[in-house]
Formats: sequence, structure tokens, C-alpha cells
Amino acid sequence: MKNEILELLQENSKYTASDIATMLGLDIEAVKKDIEAMEKEQIICGYSALINWDKTDKKDIVTALIEVRVTPQRGEGFDRVAERIYKFKEVKAVYLMSGGFDFTVIIEGKTMKEVALFVGQKLAPLESVLSTATHFVLKKYKDYGVIFEESKKDERMIISP
Amino acid sequence: MNIEQMISKQVKEVPPSGIRKFFDIVNEMGDAISLGVGEPDFDTPWHIREEGIYSLEKGKTIYSANAGLLELRQEICGYMKRRFGLEYSATKETLVTVGGSEGIDVALRTLIEPGDEVLIPEPCFVSYKPCTLFAGGTPIVIPTKEDNNFKLTAEELERYITPRTKILILPYPNNPTGAIMEREDLEKIADVLRDKDIVVISDEIYAELTYGKEHVSIANIEGMYDRTIILSGFSKAYAMTGWRLGYALGPEAVIQAMTKMHQFTIMCAPTTSQYAAIEAMKNGDEDVAMMRSAYDKRRRLMVDRFRGMGLSCFEPEGAFYVFPSIQKTGLSSETFCEELLKDQRVAVVPGTAFGGYGEGFIRCSYAYSVDELKEALKRIEAFVAKII
Repeated sequence: MKNEILELLQENSKYTASDIATMLGLDIEAVKKDIEAMEKEQIICGYSALINWDKTDKKDIVTALIEVRVTPQRGEGFDRVAERIYKFKEVKAVYLMSGGFDFTVIIEGKTMKEVALFVGQKLAPLESVLSTATHFVLKKYKDYGVIFEESKKDERMIISP
Repeated sequence: MNIEQMISKQVKEVPPSGIRKFFDIVNEMGDAISLGVGEPDFDTPWHIREEGIYSLEKGKTIYSANAGLLELRQEICGYMKRRFGLEYSATKETLVTVGGSEGIDVALRTLIEPGDEVLIPEPCFVSYKPCTLFAGGTPIVIPTKEDNNFKLTAEELERYITPRTKILILPYPNNPTGAIMEREDLEKIADVLRDKDIVVISDEIYAELTYGKEHVSIANIEGMYDRTIILSGFSKAYAMTGWRLGYALGPEAVIQAMTKMHQFTIMCAPTTSQYAAIEAMKNGDEDVAMMRSAYDKRRRLMVDRFRGMGLSCFEPEGAFYVFPSIQKTGLSSETFCEELLKDQRVAVVPGTAFGGYGEGFIRCSYAYSVDELKEALKRIEAFVAKII
């Protein structure tokens, strides 16, 4: 039941508890309680809008994906290093990876220069960081399962049997 | 020569679809929002479309066997066994058709002789009656009622059987009511039919879209397999309406006769669609489950809101329609729909488009996004509040 609530909220965080209760055939109070509990447990970590900044006048946001190789620290593994990285506010996401490098770090900045400076001055000099490789995002086609294109027109016949 | 006089009486006398008439009214309005469509709002899942594209790239643009690609027929038979426990021979008892619609037409024309009576439970999909008339048969309508959850009952069925009855059309899960027939309902129907020479044409196009209860075919009921033709297709379950692909399953003699008709009138179903359909049968279960789950949520939303308006709304257990009663408003179905359209710019379909026994009801499709449904429901609520 909780998973079903989460799936609906992930689909559209604007659904009210009443909408969710109706759609799942549940009691509204029970749904409210579950949502509150999951917010407290940090299962639901927040509600945000998915924005295509390219369509706004603030379109000059630069996103970069940085491959980072690090030396894990004794007793702490990768977690301690990750923490030092994810605490920077410029860092939007950090993932521990398998394969040729250790972390994927997603960074947003106003300009390429700003991102490059952040990598050069903050990220690369960290003691455990062995190397970085910065890849800039040129265009976002799809994010969080949503395709960024003109919303599709309903072309179905307006009435059909 | 008056060319119009050359049109056969049989065709001329069949009235145009009630849907068509309302379609024209809505079209004139232009900017209405609609709950009127009878097809999924989902696109065909990409992996299915991609197989169709791949078959085109490979130049698979030729006729298939009349009955359909053997591989597809085998997949259909495997699917029927896996999903519904029904066994059919891919080479003898399976015909791939141009949508469920061709199945209806071919099955009726294969069986009907002049004067044969065809029992049609109403409200129902719009094609059974005209296709019966085109084939020279006599349609006999059996009313189904809200009090019986729009199920066909054995008593009603028995009342309409005559020595001339040849076919019973069993359209469940039902468009437009959303009613389903459960095993015990079908047992009772089978009890009536078992000692009579009546063939069942079971239109199971919505079999994958039932909520909370699994679909049961009348072919699963003892003694019915040998007298049942199952019609189904890819349109509703896999969101493939435009691909025009369906299938018919049944006793060898009938399917072979239907294949003969199909061979001379159609040749074969579109090859590209058939390749895509193979992928749907092989790897489409998850897509169906996802769509079913989405429809189920919207279904609850619809029923809840209509009941909240003070209207009686039967809880549909299949397809993607709700069929609320608007009798409380004192308006006829058509007037209700026209007034709603003028007042709130929302298009829903009058129950009468699905036969006379649809009077007093409207069909609202929930093959729309939740946001669209909520907006439409808000407007319907405002309209209803003015009247009752």
C-alpha cells in the first residue's frame, strides 16, 4: 500500500491525500498518516517540480557530469569521501559506481567556467581524489522519465465507439 | 440513373451510428474537452512499435499467410493458454483479423442465413446490430439492467430464445457499461445454451482490462468450448488501435470457414502489425499490467466523483468506461449530453448511442490523464449541481 502511494506521488507530487485515497480505494486519514510517516522517515525526501530551464530566461544553467576516481579511506570506505563531495551546494547528485571510476558527480553552475573552477579548486584538490573527468551536458532530452518536448496533442477522434 | 437508388436496401436501411451524430455536434463546438473516446490514451509501447519498424527495415512488406503469420498464431495460442487456460490449434483454430471489428463481421457472415436470429445484449458496442443486418440476419436485443449490474441473466436470455435463434453475442467485459461476467454468471448462461443449437460469439476485446477479478471466458465453462467463437485483439490491451489487428479462435470448422471469407475479402491482416503483435504477445505483459493499474486508479476516481454528485453510478469492473445514470436530472441522455456540451464544453456519449436500453445513462471514458479527468469531472459536477 505504501509503495502504491509512493508511485502515485512520484508520478505527480501535486496529488492530494484525498486524490490518492480515492484512486487506491483507501481511507483518506490512513493515507495522510502514511504520507506523514514516510516524510518523517525520509522515504519521501521532498517535493519538487521538474523544470525544463531551457525554456525560461534562466536557460544558461550548465550541467556537468564528472567522473571521479578516489582512494577509499581506511575504515570509512567511500562514504566519507562522498560526504565531503556531496556537501558542496553546487553538487546536485553523487552516485557510487562500478567500473572504471568511483563516483558520478552531477554539478550545476551558471557557466562552464564556473563549473570548471569548482572542479579545479574544490573537487580535484581533495586529498582522496585521484582524478576527475568533466563532461558537460549539451541538451537534455529526457529527465526523471519525462521527455522534454512539446506536450503531445491528443489526436484521437473526439468521440469514438 | 439515380445512383442513390442503386444502393442496396440492406445497407440503406441500417441507420447511421448514433456516435456519428453526436460526433458531428461535438466537432462543431471545436474547443470542448472530451471523455468520449473508445481507445487508450497510451501510445503503443515503444518495444512493440520498434519491432514493427524493424520489420519494415527488413523489407517484410509482403502478404502473410491468409490466417496470419504462423509465428503470431502460435504466440496467440500460447498466450491464451497462459492467461486463460484455453487451448487452440495455431494451424486450425486461429485466424488473425483486421481488428476485432473484422472478426465480428466475418463470424456473423460465416454463420448467418436469412431469417436467423442473433441475440444481442444491450447496451453494447455499436457494430453487432448493423453487421447482423448486413449479413441478412435478424438482431434480437436483450436488455441488460443496472439492477443486475448490466450482466446478461439466464432468465432474460431464455425469454428471447426462439427456434430461429442461431447466435448469442456475449460482449463482456462490456463497452459501454464496464460490466463483466463472472464464472457463476457464465455457468447459468451455459445451462440455458447447452442443449440448444446456438453458437456463442464471445467478444473479449477487453479481457485484459478487468479490475480485481480475472476475466473468465465462456469457453472455459463445461460444454461451451465447442460452440464458442472468441473474438479478441490487440487494440485495447496493448494500445494498438490504429494497427488494426485482432484474432478469432474457435472450432476448426468455423474458423476454417471464416478464413475462407477472410481470404477472399481481406487476403491477410497488415504484415507490419503482425510483426509488432508478436512482440506484444512475447514481451507485453508488463505493459498491460502498467496500463491496467493506471486505468484502475482512474476508474475509482470516476465512480467516486459521480456518486459524489448524487448520481447512481454502477461500479464497472472491466473496460475503461463508467456508465452513470442521469435519470435523476430528468433529462434524456441526448439532451443531457448536448446541454452539458453547451454549458460546460465537455463531451460525453449518450447511452442511447449503444442502443435504446442505454437511455438514462451516459458513457464517460477514463482513457485520459488524471488531470484531464479531474477537470472534466469538475465541469460535469457544476452542470449537474445546476439541475438537481
